Amino acid sequence: MYVAVKGGERAIENSLALLATQRRGDPQVPELTLQQIREQMRLAVDRVMTEGSVYDEDLAALALKQAAGDTLEAVFLLRAYRATLPRLGYTQPIDTAQMRLARRVSATFKDLPGGQLLGPTYDYTQRLLDFSLAAAAEPPVAPESPMEVEAGAVPRVMDLLAAEGLIEACQPREGDPAPADLTRDPLHFPADRPTRLQNLARGDEGFLLALGYSTQRGYAHSHPFAAEIRFGRVEIEIEPDELGFAVSIGDIDVTECQMVNQFAGSATELPRFTRGYGLCFGHCERKAMAMALVDRALCAAELGEDVVAPAQMPEFVLSHSDSLEASGFVAHLKLPHYVDFQAELELLRRMRSRDIATAAEAA
Amino acid sequence: MNAPDRSAMPPAAYARTWETNFNFAYLDERSKRMIRRAILKAVAIPGYQVPFGSREMPLPYGWGTGGIQVTASIIGPDDVLKVIDQGADDTVNAVNIRRFFQRTTGVRTTESTAAATVIQTRHRIPEVPLSAHQILVYQVPVPEPLQRLEPREVETRRMHGLSEYGLMHVKFYEDIARYGHIATTYDHPVMVDGRYLMSPSPIPAFDNPKMHMNPALQLFGAGREKRIYAVPPHTAVESLAFDDYPFAPQRWDAVCAICAAADSFLDEVITDDRGGRMHVCSDTDYCRTRQAAAP
Amino acid sequence: MIAPDDPPILRVTALAKHYGARAAAIDVSFELWPGEVLAVVGESGSGKTTLLDCVSARQRPDAGRVEFLTRHEGMVDIFALSEAQRRLLARTDWGFVHQNATEGLRMNMSAGANVGERLMALGERNYGRIRQEANDWLARVEMDVARIDETPVTFSGGMRQRLQIARNLVTRPRLVFMDEPTSGLDVSVQARLLDLLRSLTRQLSQAAIIVTHDLAVARLMAHRMIVMKDGRVIEHGLTDQVLDDPQHPYTQLLVSSVLTP
Repeated sequence: MYVAVKGGERAIENSLALLATQRRGDPQVPELTLQQIREQMRLAVDRVMTEGSVYDEDLAALALKQAAGDTLEAVFLLRAYRATLPRLGYTQPIDTAQMRLARRVSATFKDLPGGQLLGPTYDYTQRLLDFSLAAAAEPPVAPESPMEVEAGAVPRVMDLLAAEGLIEACQPREGDPAPADLTRDPLHFPADRPTRLQNLARGDEGFLLALGYSTQRGYAHSHPFAAEIRFGRVEIEIEPDELGFAVSIGDIDVTECQMVNQFAGSATELPRFTRGYGLCFGHCERKAMAMALVDRALCAAELGEDVVAPAQMPEFVLSHSDSLEASGFVAHLKLPHYVDFQAELELLRRMRSRDIATAAEAA
Repeated sequence: MNAPDRSAMPPAAYARTWETNFNFAYLDERSKRMIRRAILKAVAIPGYQVPFGSREMPLPYGWGTGGIQVTASIIGPDDVLKVIDQGADDTVNAVNIRRFFQRTTGVRTTESTAAATVIQTRHRIPEVPLSAHQILVYQVPVPEPLQRLEPREVETRRMHGLSEYGLMHVKFYEDIARYGHIATTYDHPVMVDGRYLMSPSPIPAFDNPKMHMNPALQLFGAGREKRIYAVPPHTAVESLAFDDYPFAPQRWDAVCAICAAADSFLDEVITDDRGGRMHVCSDTDYCRTRQAAAP
Repeated sequence: MIAPDDPPILRVTALAKHYGARAAAIDVSFELWPGEVLAVVGESGSGKTTLLDCVSARQRPDAGRVEFLTRHEGMVDIFALSEAQRRLLARTDWGFVHQNATEGLRMNMSAGANVGERLMALGERNYGRIRQEANDWLARVEMDVARIDETPVTFSGGMRQRLQIARNLVTRPRLVFMDEPTSGLDVSVQARLLDLLRSLTRQLSQAAIIVTHDLAVARLMAHRMIVMKDGRVIEHGLTDQVLDDPQHPYTQLLVSSVLTP
């Protein structure tokens, strides 16, 4: 005798309990603390902050703990939390020229004012598993304090090129309108560059990496050069109405990448290099570089280039860059679809029985 | 960094620094106001997709966040809420969403269609006819009916603006040429008030006629795609078809094995591994009510 | 019969279009009468395709006016219309036959759907009638009607052009624009296609503007022709007169360059 299965509620409760035990793992093992995640899973925290669109290392650490290390799940948690926070105001734009540099490299010049400051990076490591990390050890000691690089003392490579007129000027539109806010308003096409950059900054690193890579493999090549990659600390300032001047409310780490790309000119303008730009919270070089490649690719239509590859198509790139939208919709296929499926099943059966009948008649 | 140094606090106090008290129905009032404005615009232009600033919700995009945001913006403490998925109140998605609203609003919930003032649904319209004091909120995955034929939003916006829907009819022409009849069994597009082409959401074609001249207000929320649209009460909703190939939703040869209903959408349930099957009402409330009334 | 006071179906006045510093069309003016076929002849780079694009509203000229004789409202400046009105015109009273048929067809839809689309866009809701119309038009363009449900992907170049013609003519447009409609096809296929086009335009009393670099096409199809060089009209007149007695040195060059078997 068929009895309609009930108990969806209880099933969910049990599932949540199982999830909690899975997340905790073996109770004999000491529990992860947020400080441990924040300090020792630093790069995961940085990625979650960037794509979660909130600069708060502790919150990101909490999200990672709750998500058992699943970065996209942690990004989701942070975004959902962010949606509940009141908007107090907008900061002044950060000035990366004033960055207190921890790292600064350029591939376009062998030597340049400020030098190549390597900073902390995996770039020069050999990827050999270091088994000494399997056991606790004495904390490593940072090298002798390098020469103190004064904030603002190191000019940006792009500014040097711009001084010679070699790089396209990135002027704001007439009247310098405020950029759209994608956290408040939906995306509209055509999307201007500030909007596109916002979307890319929040976009999934894997997706942007693949698209950026595709441009290097011929899907809309733009001959990119990494003019400058900076990582360090910048100040955040707000200008409260009551004061009428800007005050610092703290500082954050950011990574900035500026790419120099194939020059473009026209009948009325001298040829200049074009640029791609990438920016993220914390130390996310790969994301910043991928973002810069895709930013430049998306400028194709504006520069009069033929749009031939996915990375150049704003609707394609910007509609699919958000990991929440992507994972949500892919995962939703797990939801019950038996009613729609029923309808398809019934139609298919009908069509097949009709075709079989016609074939039988003809025989 | 700038946040308070929590490492030195005792665990209980540490946890308390994180506490947030949610607003009624989770969303802040500004967001609700923004969504209500979108809803009003949608009601004023039946079938037209109004863009709105969809917020990240605690459930994933694609899992009903649009419907949730619409419900959250219209629900009040005196409302009675019913949530269904595939016609049933106790599928996991419906349970999850109902729990969400119980937690964030405390409103009364019900499984009875007749007793509800707000009904949020995924993929079905209740069998019991609705009345003027009720609101039906649909969860919509893909609000753009033309998306599978034309993925570019810039193009589809122009088509809606100029009322150029030939592409949809061409698709139906092809279906008839290839299969002998229109092959859409769910999410069958409709013309609303004779002007806008609309996706009714993935309800079975069987349910389309219920939308026409319905005394209740029908609201549609697509969170991931960030669109809201509406069919005001007593509005003409016509399923697309040809004159000589009229719209003909599915029929079954069976009746419900539990309540003997011959007029409801039936789910097929596989009962044994020899292919035995039976049909039961998809709308659990309808079935149960009929069962209770049977002598 | 056209009376002396009847307006032309198309009037182009001082049309100009440039791309950056390069002028593609300069001070082009002409008139076209109902049922008349005009050939626009020139080599590549002469500006003939730009001219066609401007008079068919596919591009906006930088100067000048294009006026069309509508069915009910007399002569209208086509660029003064709203986009909706222009698009409606393009779907009903105008046809555009592309050189490359894939640009003018829906390659992933059946021949029948391609022909029927305009009818459906205009509100035809009877499947049987649409299919019948499609069938009739496929026959008129001398295609095998049994292929009505196939997609143009499997058609030869000549067949695709026939389908494109059918797709355009189904609403009996009064003005048809054609951009090198037979280039790239085999010579024998070209000849048959041109014959078809000529008889159809005469049967339906259509005006047409044909852009071509091939003087033989102009001779066969057009009542009048204009010759373009570097964006300007350097000669115009009755086709036979221009081809038999060219006045401008460039036209003379063109005519004398035609290879004779």
